[in-house]
Amino acid sequence: MATTKEISIGDLGARTGVAEEELKGETMALNVGPSHPTTHGVLRLLTELDGDIITKCEPVIGYLHRGDEKIAENMTYNQFVPYTDRLDYLAPLANNVAFAMAVEKLAALEVPERCQAIRVLCCELARISSHLLGVGVFGMDAGAWTVFMYTFTEREKLYTLFEELTGARFTTSYTRIGGVARDIPEGWLGRVTDFINGVLPVLDQIDKLLTRNRIFVDRTQGIGVISREDAIAYGLTGPNLRASGVDLDLRKDKPYLGYERYDFDVPVGTTGDCYDRYLLRAEEVRQSVRIIRQVIDTIPDGSFYAEDAKRIVSPPKEKVLTSMEELIQNFMITTEGPQIPAGEAYFEAENPKGALGFYVVSKGGGVPYRLKIRGPSFCSLSILDKLVPGHYMTDITVILGSLDFVMGECDR
Amino acid sequence: MSDANFASLKERFAYLTERDSADHLAVNCPAEHLLECCTALRDDFGYDLLVDVTAIDWAAETSPRFTGIYHILSTTHHAYIRIASDCVDDAAPSLPSLAGIFPAANWHERETYDMMGIRYEGHPDLKRILMWEDYPYHPLRKEFPLAGIEVPFPAADVAETANAKVLPAPMMGGPFVSSADGTMREIEPQAKDESWTEKEENR
Amino acid sequence: MKSENTTLGYNSKVEGEVVVTQADAVINWIRKHSVWPMPMGLACCAIELMAVGASRFDISRFGMEVMRFSPRQADCMIVSGTVTYKMAEVVRRIYEQMAEPKWVVAMGACASTGGMYRSYATLQGVDRIVPVDVYVSGCPPRPEALLDAMIKLQDKIGRERSVKNLTAPKAAAAAAALAEKEA
Ligand code: SF4
Repeated sequence: MATTKEISIGDLGARTGVAEEELKGETMALNVGPSHPTTHGVLRLLTELDGDIITKCEPVIGYLHRGDEKIAENMTYNQFVPYTDRLDYLAPLANNVAFAMAVEKLAALEVPERCQAIRVLCCELARISSHLLGVGVFGMDAGAWTVFMYTFTEREKLYTLFEELTGARFTTSYTRIGGVARDIPEGWLGRVTDFINGVLPVLDQIDKLLTRNRIFVDRTQGIGVISREDAIAYGLTGPNLRASGVDLDLRKDKPYLGYERYDFDVPVGTTGDCYDRYLLRAEEVRQSVRIIRQVIDTIPDGSFYAEDAKRIVSPPKEKVLTSMEELIQNFMITTEGPQIPAGEAYFEAENPKGALGFYVVSKGGGVPYRLKIRGPSFCSLSILDKLVPGHYMTDITVILGSLDFVMGECDR
Repeated sequence: MSDANFASLKERFAYLTERDSADHLAVNCPAEHLLECCTALRDDFGYDLLVDVTAIDWAAETSPRFTGIYHILSTTHHAYIRIASDCVDDAAPSLPSLAGIFPAANWHERETYDMMGIRYEGHPDLKRILMWEDYPYHPLRKEFPLAGIEVPFPAADVAETANAKVLPAPMMGGPFVSSADGTMREIEPQAKDESWTEKEENR
Repeated sequence: MKSENTTLGYNSKVEGEVVVTQADAVINWIRKHSVWPMPMGLACCAIELMAVGASRFDISRFGMEVMRFSPRQADCMIVSGTVTYKMAEVVRRIYEQMAEPKWVVAMGACASTGGMYRSYATLQGVDRIVPVDVYVSGCPPRPEALLDAMIKLQDKIGRERSVKNLTAPKAAAAAAALAEKEA
C-alpha cells in the first residue's frame, strides 16, 4: 500500500539559500505567441508573471497585416469583395454583405426584397458557422476536445451548403454592389431547413457537454469579467458587449436588410465573464435558427439584384450573352467599376464577432478613394492589457477563447 | 431629425460646422476644440461608444492634407455621429489624443499613426502597431506605392541566414482598374501601380 | 527471391525468417508513415487545415494527426496562410528550431507566391525564407488538395537518400578533423 509523507516546502527559500524577501516582487517575462495554439492565429502577448499570476500583459498585433485598405484604394468596388472574405474568415458571407451594404449606402441604393432576404440568410448562416467554431474552440481551450469535433461536423454541412450557393467552401465572394452574384439554387432552401433541423439536437448535445460541466464551469465562471463601463469604453461590440449587460444589437437597434420584419430575441448577459460569453453565443445560434426559419417561410419572389441601377450592377450572365445593351452594361461595369457618387458613408453590420464597419470615401467613379475597415476583433483585443492582469497564466487560454477574435480582421 | 440634432449641437458648440454626409449626422470640428467637444458629447449627449478612429489623406498638394475622422455611437439612443477634424500642419500633422476619455481610442490612434503618420498629442504610448517598430514609412499615405519600397528585413540575423529582403511586390498582372476621369487612354483599365516594369519609359 | 519493388528481399530458406532490404528503404518507410506536422496556422488557410484534422477529412488516416505546436517535436511545417514580413522572421526562427530531417509544405496561394496580397506588407512566397518541398494551389486549397499534397510529400520522403544524408555530415566532420591534423 502506498503511503504518503508530508513534506514541508515552507522553507524552500532558506534551503536554496535565498531569503524569501529577495524573491518578493521578482517577476518573470513570458512571451506567448505569435505561433501558439491558444492565440488562434498570430497574436502575441508579452506577459509579466509573478509566480503564476500575471501582472502585466501587452498584446502585440500586426503579424497578419496584409494591407487590405491600401489594396482597396487600388481596385474597383467589386474587385475588393474577395478581400472582404478574408477579414473574418469564419463568417465570410456576413463580411461580403456588410461591404456591399456600405457602398450601397453611399450610392443610396435599395436592393430588392428578395435580395435582402437572401442576404439575411447568408448573414445568419454565417453567424451559425462562426459561433459553432467559437464555441467549439472555446471548449477545446478549456480542455473539452469533443465539442470541437461535434461543431466541426456541423460546419462541414454548412460548407456544403455554402459551396452549393457560391461555389466555394468559405471564400465565398457572394455579394456584388447592388445585389448578389446569383440566385439561390433549386431546392437549396429545403436543404437549409434540413441543416437547421439537424443543428438543434447538436446544440443540445453541446449544452449537455459544457453548460453544467464542472470543470468547464470552474474554469470560466468569474474569469475575465468585463464590466459594463469597460465594455463600452473599450469599444467592444457584438456578443462580447452584450455579455457585459449592454443591450445593443444593430439588427434590432439600427435595422438593416429588413431585420425588423423578423421576430427574434437578443440575449444579454449579466456578469460579463467567460461563461456568459459562451452562453450568449450558444443562444445566438438558436436565435439565428429562428430567423432563418422565418426567412425561408417568407422569402419573396423577384429579382436578386437592383435592376434599375444600370451604372452600378452588372446583369446576370444569361442576359449579358443574349442582349447587346446588357453586354455593354456588363463591359462598362467590369472595366470601370460600379459608378458610386462622391461622398462618404459609414456602415456597420452586426457580424458574429461584433460590429464590422466600413467607412467609404468616394470621389466618384469605380474606385474608392479611401476605405477604412473597422474590425471588431481589433477592439476586443485592445482590452486585454486591462483584462488579463490578476489572472493565472492558464486563464489566458480561456479568456482568449471566450473573446472569439480572428486576426484577419484585427490586422487587416 | 438630423437637422434638429445639429441645431442643438450648434447651440452648445459654436465652432462646429455641418459636414456633407450620405448617412448620419456629421460635423466638422477644429482640432483645438476636439477634446472638449468629444468629452461633452460623451457626458451630455450620450455618445459613449467610440467605434472608429481613422484619417483621410487628401494627397500631397492639398491643404489641409490630413483629416481625422471619428465615429461615435450612442448606446442609449442608437445614433451615430461623425466628427471630422483637419490636422493643422501638413508636413507634421497632429491631433489631440482621445485616449484619455475613450480607452478604445488608444489602439485606433496607434494604427492611424502607423498608417498615416499623424501624431496624437497626449497619447500614452504612441508607437507602431501593425507594421514593425522601425519601419520607415507610413503606408496609407497617398504617395506610398501599393507594392511597397525596399527596406531592410525586420530581423538582421534572419535576413542574413535566409538572405531575405523586404522587396516591392510584383505588380505586373494587376489589379487592373480604371480611374474616374481622364482621356480615353487614361481611363482604360490598367494596373494602377507602375513601380515594377510598367514604367512609362518601358512601354 | 526479390519482391517487385526491389527494396525488399525475403528468402524462406534462410533460417529465422530474415528480411533483407536497404537501409534507405527502412528509414524512409519509418519516416514517411510517422510525419508529425507542425501547423503554422497564419490566416484563412488554417481553417481548412483544421478541417483536415477534424471529423470529415480526418488526416489521421495517413498517420499525420499528431499535430505538434512545438517545432522541436515536429518534422513537417505546414505553412497555411499569408506570411507577412513581420511574421516571416518568426516563421524562419521556428523552422530553424525544428530537428532534421524536416520538410515544408506551402499551403495555399499566399504561402506559395503571396497570392492575392500583392502589397507592401506581404512576403511574396514563403520560399523566399525557407526551402519548400510541396506547394499546394488554391485559395484556400480544399482539404482533399492538402491530403494529396501530404501523400506527395510521403512519396518524396520515400525517394530520399537518407543514409547518405545521415552519414554525410559525419564523413565531412571526419575529413575536417583529418585536415586539421595534417595542418
Ligand atoms: S491562400 Fe487564400 S485562403 Fe489561404 S491564406 Fe491566402 S488568402 Fe487566405
